[in-house]
Amino acid sequence: MLTDQVREEIEAELRRYPDKRAGCVEAMKVVQRHHGWVSDDSLKSLAHLLDMTCEELDGVATFYNLIFRKPVGRHVILLCDSISCWIKGCDALRGHVTSRSGIGMGQTSADGRFTLLPIVCLGACDHAPVMMIGDDLHEDLTAEKIDRILERYP
Amino acid sequence: MERPLTQRIRPQTEPMNLAEYEDTGGYEAARKAVKTMTPQDVQRLVTDSTLRGRGGAGFATGLKWSFVPMGPNAPRPKYLVANADEMEPGTFKDRLLLEGDPHQMVESMVVTAYAIEAEVGYIFLRSEYTRAARLLHKAIAEARSRGYLGRNLFGSDFSFDLHLHTSAGRYICGEETALLNSLEGKRAIPRSKPPYPQAAGLWGKPTVVQNVETLYNVSHIVRHGVEWYRGLGHGHEGGTKLYGVSGNVKRPGAWELPMGTTIRTILEDYAGGMREGFSFRGLLPGGASTAFVTEAHLDLPMNFESLPRAGSRMGTGTMIVLDDRTCPVGFVRNLEHFFAQESCGWCTPCWEGLSWTERILDGLEEGRGRPEDLDLLAMHTRLIGPGRTFCALAPGAMDPLQSALKHFRADFERHIHERRCPWREQGETIGARG
Repeated sequence: MLTDQVREEIEAELRRYPDKRAGCVEAMKVVQRHHGWVSDDSLKSLAHLLDMTCEELDGVATFYNLIFRKPVGRHVILLCDSISCWIKGCDALRGHVTSRSGIGMGQTSADGRFTLLPIVCLGACDHAPVMMIGDDLHEDLTAEKIDRILERYP
Repeated sequence: MERPLTQRIRPQTEPMNLAEYEDTGGYEAARKAVKTMTPQDVQRLVTDSTLRGRGGAGFATGLKWSFVPMGPNAPRPKYLVANADEMEPGTFKDRLLLEGDPHQMVESMVVTAYAIEAEVGYIFLRSEYTRAARLLHKAIAEARSRGYLGRNLFGSDFSFDLHLHTSAGRYICGEETALLNSLEGKRAIPRSKPPYPQAAGLWGKPTVVQNVETLYNVSHIVRHGVEWYRGLGHGHEGGTKLYGVSGNVKRPGAWELPMGTTIRTILEDYAGGMREGFSFRGLLPGGASTAFVTEAHLDLPMNFESLPRAGSRMGTGTMIVLDDRTCPVGFVRNLEHFFAQESCGWCTPCWEGLSWTERILDGLEEGRGRPEDLDLLAMHTRLIGPGRTFCALAPGAMDPLQSALKHFRADFERHIHERRCPWREQGETIGARG
């Protein structure tokens, strides 16, 4: 079910497009902003709102890296694994993050605090290695810096 | 040295608001185009300027626009789409522009829309550029409230409105026709051409899709003219170019320099040369989908004409440097992992071929390489190369691979003979990849 607020925000997004379906990615992102992920129930309500079938909408949802069809933690850590970050040692940093957070790639911590995901090039290659948590970009990472950054996300 | 595209950027500070932007001559190009020129005049200027697309393919911008049906009988509405889906590994130039001077984006789109008589524009922005999204939202709202977007711009009959669309993360969205499918709310798979988007693009209407850096050039060409613009570059490709360097160099970064600046000048004078303890082995001149060039090519000008002489392309102009302490096989394996993962799966050579090349490279890195693997890799570079797939993703993926096999073959062979990666300590385990 979609709350009135979610519905209102989606309607505002849809005004930018000549048909409803074009706003489906933005609509799913509104749902994610409020609930963290797109559940089957949300997907069903959204499909109805957008005049799409559930299958069509799920086909779009599963195409994109950043539409989540499973629950995620309060903070999603996107660790860049593309070439400039790889040259600068992102493999070792991934090991550090997984040991600090106790979760592997693609997993969510038991307390629901973090989900750890790989991400393609974040376009900050001059400050490699980099990661994003929520809307924040973190650059020139080292193991020590990562420890300090993680503490800022309760 | 003039740096029109980046002159208003103030590092570490919020970008100029509308009033500040106008104080430096902002929106003069838009006013000039709409009030004193015809769309054909603007098209002619851009054609004469020699501007070529800065997204990687380097197609002549004026020529691209010339395919748009014009006049009262053209299908309407017509669309202009800014491709701000910057996701090519090693490429980080459009972020600089969008975060540094969002009003220039809005103004350039107004000028370009006028040239092709487009009524509606979309900025297709990758999801992860959250700062750029916030700043573009603000710039669009400011421009709209001042009457620079909307109906009857500058008192003319020309109306244009602009919208920000944020995507959800998929490299293929940067491909022109996949981007259009994505904007329409479909899976982002490429479309077959023809029809070309200029004739039948977004919702079947005439559409021009243009990279961010390309668009930023347009307003300056209109404001200062062709002679000025052509004089900015070295050689006969006009304008400036945003060049960048990443990897183990002293000062990784991006700089706006005359088009045709040599690779050596960018690498040594701007990036400061290699970091202490690292030696240069080669570089990809313009992102992950370009072919390696080596020491012998450092004096080539970075432009669309010269790089093909070294068997490569300028691409996005953002170089990725390979040093002597980084394994070339691991480097290429990282790239092929990216391309295999980001293949949209629409055509078989790409989704089968790329994951196969990735598995072969995994084997080499993990000490399971066989001599015939190098022939298999070379076969892939031919069979999923240009003309054999629906779009340019797989051929782009093969460029670094085929050039690595040529320039660093001995390193591939060492992996096979020694049954391990020579860059890795004995007994070191390879982390599982997510």
